[in-house]
Order: sequence, then structure tokens, then C-alpha cells
Amino acid sequence: MKNEWPLWEVFIRGQHGMSHRHVGSLHAPDAEMAIKNARDVYTRRNEGLSIWVVEANHIAASSPSDKGPLYEPSESKVYRHPTFFDIPDEVGAM
Amino acid sequence: MYAQMVKSEAAQDDPEKLAAFQARIDAGEKIEPKDWMPAAYRKTLIRQIGQHAHSEIVGQLPEGNWITRAPTLERKAILLAKVQDEAGHGLYLYCAAETLGVSRDELTEMLLDGRMKYSSIFNYPTLNWSDIGAVGWLVDGAAIINQVPLQRTSFGPYSRAMIRVCKEESFHARQGFDAIRKMAEGTPEQKKMAQDSVNRLWFPALMMFGPSDKESVHSEQSMAWKIKMNTNDELRQKFVDQTVPQIEFLGLDLPDPGIKWNEERGHYDYTDPDWSEFFDVIKGNGPCNTDRLAARNKAWDDGAWVRDGLMAHAKKKAAASVAAE
Ligand SMILES: [Fe+2]
Ligand SMILES: [Fe+2]
Repeated sequence: MKNEWPLWEVFIRGQHGMSHRHVGSLHAPDAEMAIKNARDVYTRRNEGLSIWVVEANHIAASSPSDKGPLYEPSESKVYRHPTFFDIPDEVGAM
Repeated sequence: MYAQMVKSEAAQDDPEKLAAFQARIDAGEKIEPKDWMPAAYRKTLIRQIGQHAHSEIVGQLPEGNWITRAPTLERKAILLAKVQDEAGHGLYLYCAAETLGVSRDELTEMLLDGRMKYSSIFNYPTLNWSDIGAVGWLVDGAAIINQVPLQRTSFGPYSRAMIRVCKEESFHARQGFDAIRKMAEGTPEQKKMAQDSVNRLWFPALMMFGPSDKESVHSEQSMAWKIKMNTNDELRQKFVDQTVPQIEFLGLDLPDPGIKWNEERGHYDYTDPDWSEFFDVIKGNGPCNTDRLAARNKAWDDGAWVRDGLMAHAKKKAAASVAAE
């Protein structure tokens, strides 16, 4: 059908000072209705304090085939993790 | 079960790609919408998730039928919340299906013109309040048994939808059990009604898991791809084993004289449902098939002016705000 409502991605902040998290999507004619629908679809059990919606076609995403070039460079940088360094016990908390 | 007899497609892709894909699944990785996947995996999933979504939506009809006639305000509020959850379940699942490249309206049209199916159970009527209890307890109970393993399915969006659904389902089963328990522990007439509901809904509930493994020819590929996690008979047995003690707790007679504890197998034996009835209901000849589809078609047609009106309003507002900039 030609007149399908656009798809919106829904992000919700849970109770505990967390960042917004993607929870799913829904259809709505505009942002206002998308937020109202998101309340009904995704927060029926106190799952949220705040809702973001964004039209799905405004999201740019990396492609699965870029996995190598994007993430492999960080694999060789083990020194970014604190466990890389040997700190003697006598030094105390660090 | 909400997806019964999903026809699976034979894989016809490049063997090397197929093997790499299978290896990912065997390693327990989730497949995400933008990842490469065999065309048959995509097609089978659209069918299965779509059928599952349609079942959630059509499943609102037999229960919605009793919202205005619930015996107390509390029962009414509970049933209303339960039915609203089912709408939510349908929406989570439609979203998951849409990530595979089918549109919401396409899915809806395929339901409305009968190209896609929904679970056979919703073609049986809810004749009285006791049936509403039995549906929550038995039908949602069976749904839980099917859906819990699907939380581990290989397709990421489907798995996440199942996790949300499962979080909400125990409420459904418990409210149903609570409602039928009231009947079973009530007056002799009420107890008789509870018994009658169990007798009528038992075999249709067993049918929810789909045909017996001997006849279900589509399982192998779906099991390898972790679209299907257990065979129909495994899940059906689990349901029987879990439910028989509950029927006994309610003080009701078992709805099938063939139910007997089998010490050797460590399971209850039971009588298979009448599969010819099952196939007949799937074909469209159940007691309520015509009503259910007519109700969905009417809702879709009657809502057209609302969908169009809201879209036109949104476009006008957007155009006005562009003009104002
Ligand atoms: Fe559901
Ligand atoms: Fe449910």
C-alpha cells in the first residue's frame, strides 16, 4: 500500500541513570505519534523514563563487511587494557 | 506452535557461503539483518515470524470478546492488560519480520487475503468466562513452552522479540490459571463449566505445537539454522507433562483417558489430537476462521481513513515547517 506510515526506531532510558537503549521500532505518521505509540508498545511495565524516536531512514549504519577494517586495528593494542602492566603488590591500589 | 507448519525453503546458495553461515550459527553467533544470509533462511523466517505475529494479533479476538463481560472490574482490567500485551507482542514480531525486507502492509495484506496463516487455536470459540481462564492457562501456557527456546534462535531481532515476549507471558498464564481456579473451586455449576472448558480446549491446545514429528517434513533445515529449536513432539510432551499435574491440582478430570504416567519414559503418555481436524482448521474450516478473518478485514478497512488522515496531517505539518524556515 502506498500510504504506509514511516518506520521509527525507538530508544528508551531505563530507570537507573542509564543511557538510552534501542528497544525496537514501530510505525507512526509523525514524531509526536511515534512517542505516544512507543509509550504503549515499549513501556507498559515501567521500563522507561525517557523516549527517543528517530525515523529509521535517518540512521546511518556501518556495514558488516567493514568489520575487519573498523575493528581489527584495536585487537593489536593490548596495552590499552590495564592488565597489560605488571604493578608490584607493594605499590598498593592503582 | 504460534507458527505451525511453516514451509521451509531448500537452500540454493553458494555452498562455501552456506558453510560459513552454518559455522556462524553453530558457534552461537546471532545473525543480524544486514549480514549475509541464505535466501531460504530469509524466506522461512519471514513466514515463521509473520505467522507468529499474525497469531498474536488474531489471538486478541477470542479474548477481546469477553472484556466487556468480565465478572468483576478487576478481572476486566487484568484481561484488558493481557490483551493489550498481545497487541504489543504482534508489534515486536512485525518489527522483527520487517528487518528481513518485507513491509508491515505487505504482511497485513497477506494475512487479510489468507496467503499467510495464524495459529489454528484462534479458530476455536470462547463460549464463556471459564474459557477465558482456560485460554490464558492452556494456550498461553503452550505458547510459553514454544517461545522460551526461541529466545535462543539464531536471528537477532527474532530472539530479542522473544525475550521481551517471554518476560510478559507468565502474567498471561497465571491470570488464566487464577481465573479458572476460581471456577474449579466454585459452585458445582462453575466447576462443571471449568471441566467443560478443559475438555474442549485440551486437544486444540495440543495442536498448537503442529503436526506430529512423523509428518512434519520441514524441520531439519530449520533446526540446523536454529529457526526451530525443538521438534513439535518434544514441545507437546513438555506441555502435557507440565499441565497434567495442574489439572489434577484443580480437582478436574483429565480430558483424555489416554493420559497415563509412563515410568519407563519418565513422561505422561497421551492421545494425539485428531490430525484430520487440525488440517481441516488450517485449511479454513474451523468453527471461527471466517469470523476471525472478517473481523481483521473490517478493522483494517474501517481504520483506513484514520491512517490516511494522520499521514496527510503529518505531511501538511512537515511542509508548513519547511516553508517557515
Ligand atoms: Fe503473546
Ligand atoms: Fe500471551
